[in-house]
Amino acid sequence: MRFLLERGVQGALVLLAVSFLTFALGVLLPADPARMAAGPSASVATVNSIRRELGLDKPFLTQYTLYLTKLLRGDLGRSYKQSASIAELLISRLPATLLLMLGGVLCELLLGLPAGVIAALRPGSVWDRTTMGLAFLGISLPQFVLGLGLLYAFAFIWPVLPLGGYGTAAHLILPALTLGIGGAGWYARVVRSEMLEVLGQDYVRTAAAKGVARGGLIVRHALKNALLPVIAMVGSDIGVFMGGAVVVESVFGWPGIGKLTWDAIRVVDIPVILGVVQLSAVMIVLGNLLADLAYPLADPRVRYD
Amino acid sequence: MTLSPSPRPAVRLAPRWQRFFRDPSVIFALIVIACLLIAVVAAPWLAFKDPNASFPEGLSDAGAPVAPSAAFALGTDLLGRDLLSRVIWGAQVSLFIGLVANGAAVLIGVLVGLLAGFYGGWLGALLMRFTDLMTAFPVLLLAIALTAILKPSLWIVALVIALLNWVGLARVVNSQVLTLKTREYVTAAHSLGASSGRVLLRHVLPGLVPTMIVWGTLGISTSVMLEATLSFLGVGVQPPTASWGGIINESQTYFTLAPWLVVFPGLAILLTALAFNLLGEGLREALDPSSRSSRVGL
Repeated sequence: MRFLLERGVQGALVLLAVSFLTFALGVLLPADPARMAAGPSASVATVNSIRRELGLDKPFLTQYTLYLTKLLRGDLGRSYKQSASIAELLISRLPATLLLMLGGVLCELLLGLPAGVIAALRPGSVWDRTTMGLAFLGISLPQFVLGLGLLYAFAFIWPVLPLGGYGTAAHLILPALTLGIGGAGWYARVVRSEMLEVLGQDYVRTAAAKGVARGGLIVRHALKNALLPVIAMVGSDIGVFMGGAVVVESVFGWPGIGKLTWDAIRVVDIPVILGVVQLSAVMIVLGNLLADLAYPLADPRVRYD
Repeated sequence: MTLSPSPRPAVRLAPRWQRFFRDPSVIFALIVIACLLIAVVAAPWLAFKDPNASFPEGLSDAGAPVAPSAAFALGTDLLGRDLLSRVIWGAQVSLFIGLVANGAAVLIGVLVGLLAGFYGGWLGALLMRFTDLMTAFPVLLLAIALTAILKPSLWIVALVIALLNWVGLARVVNSQVLTLKTREYVTAAHSLGASSGRVLLRHVLPGLVPTMIVWGTLGISTSVMLEATLSFLGVGVQPPTASWGGIINESQTYFTLAPWLVVFPGLAILLTALAFNLLGEGLREALDPSSRSSRVGL
């Protein structure tokens, strides 16, 4: 309990620092936020009144305190280009992105774990070399290249899946694969090296000597232990995926936070971009906390007391 | 563990280096990297056509790009420019990012980890807490945000990559310095009266070289992919400069009609990233076999 409380406090401190950095980034920019909000054709008087309205004429720390109090109430400011509050924009787009992330994690686990196990069973064999080669390919393939390639293959040449868009399970397959394949490559490599280590341990050899079947040995003794580092990796993926979501959602026209970010980039809608950075920091902290919570469930040796 | 001068007089490679040079994946990586270097150095002679020139014969009568043919080995793009020349010139952007931006990131990472680990105290605590804080930002998203907000250009991309890609290395170096600091030979150097600067440079820094080489190599792959992704999103290298991600960005809406515009630059990115990943892993096995690969970058 105390450990978790500590991690929670730590996470809150990180978020506080992130909010300060994000705010500083917004202030130190070469662009004038009041001018950006008013638009290029607005008069100087309008720009000045907006500057007062946004509190931009106040000293830096006062502005930050103001920003932080608003932030704690869930107010991330307003978009320059769309007349909507950023918090509302983010909340309306969040479900689509969470669905995509879930698909990405599933893809990582379903591809990465079996590949790692297969490779570890016969190290040095053709299977090992093939799966590890594929893992390296997955790691080295940029998401936009993979996404366009998958679209070309499975939506154009052999049209079994939709050419982007959102709605049904079929729409999720290619974006989830694109988001998850790089991570699957990492999972495969980590699971392989963990499995090799565990399979060399005395208790596994003892179990084998006692006549435990190879299948049971692999699943119950080796895989269970090899999965432990994967928990932390899934936790941190939530953050890693926030960047990938921008690429994947722009390639597939997926209406989530990534697409929102991409649209904001093209019109330099800075408050929206900073809002997404802020949100992703929250998600990273939450993801790591979730991994901390999941650890004792998976491994009874880990106990927080 | 570390590179030590071989006591054997013969010019024979140590077994781990023999293994390294016989490893098919290392050989593959070295060939790709050699091709990349040739493309960069000899671009003016290899690429017969001006990468930024639009050729009238480079567009069909309907104004569409031309598929790979005898005149245009890899086809042309939407403006009738020669894709082969653009891919060859694009290697310069990737290699520049891989060497300069990634080199700067390695320098920052080593400096932060080394100072924090060696001197400790409030400076060390401050540096490492800041490093921890940086891990609360997703690298790719922050890179997108920063380059979009600042005016995108090659130098901004390099700066952003240098400022973001050092975090993992700083943590590894930090933990290594903390172990190296307690080694007997370091204590001995201290008690013989060596200044702390001398101990740092002569006794601790050399122990970090394998890690620097491995992370430096793997980092080239990460930064090349990062630059390509930023250029693909339009916040990287700006047109008309040829960059692999930028070529795909310009032509992605036409990729079903002109797939070569995605395939060839995409292959260039994939092969480059793959080569430096494989070389980095090979180096890790040869230099620092006890260490584990950790997830870097995107």
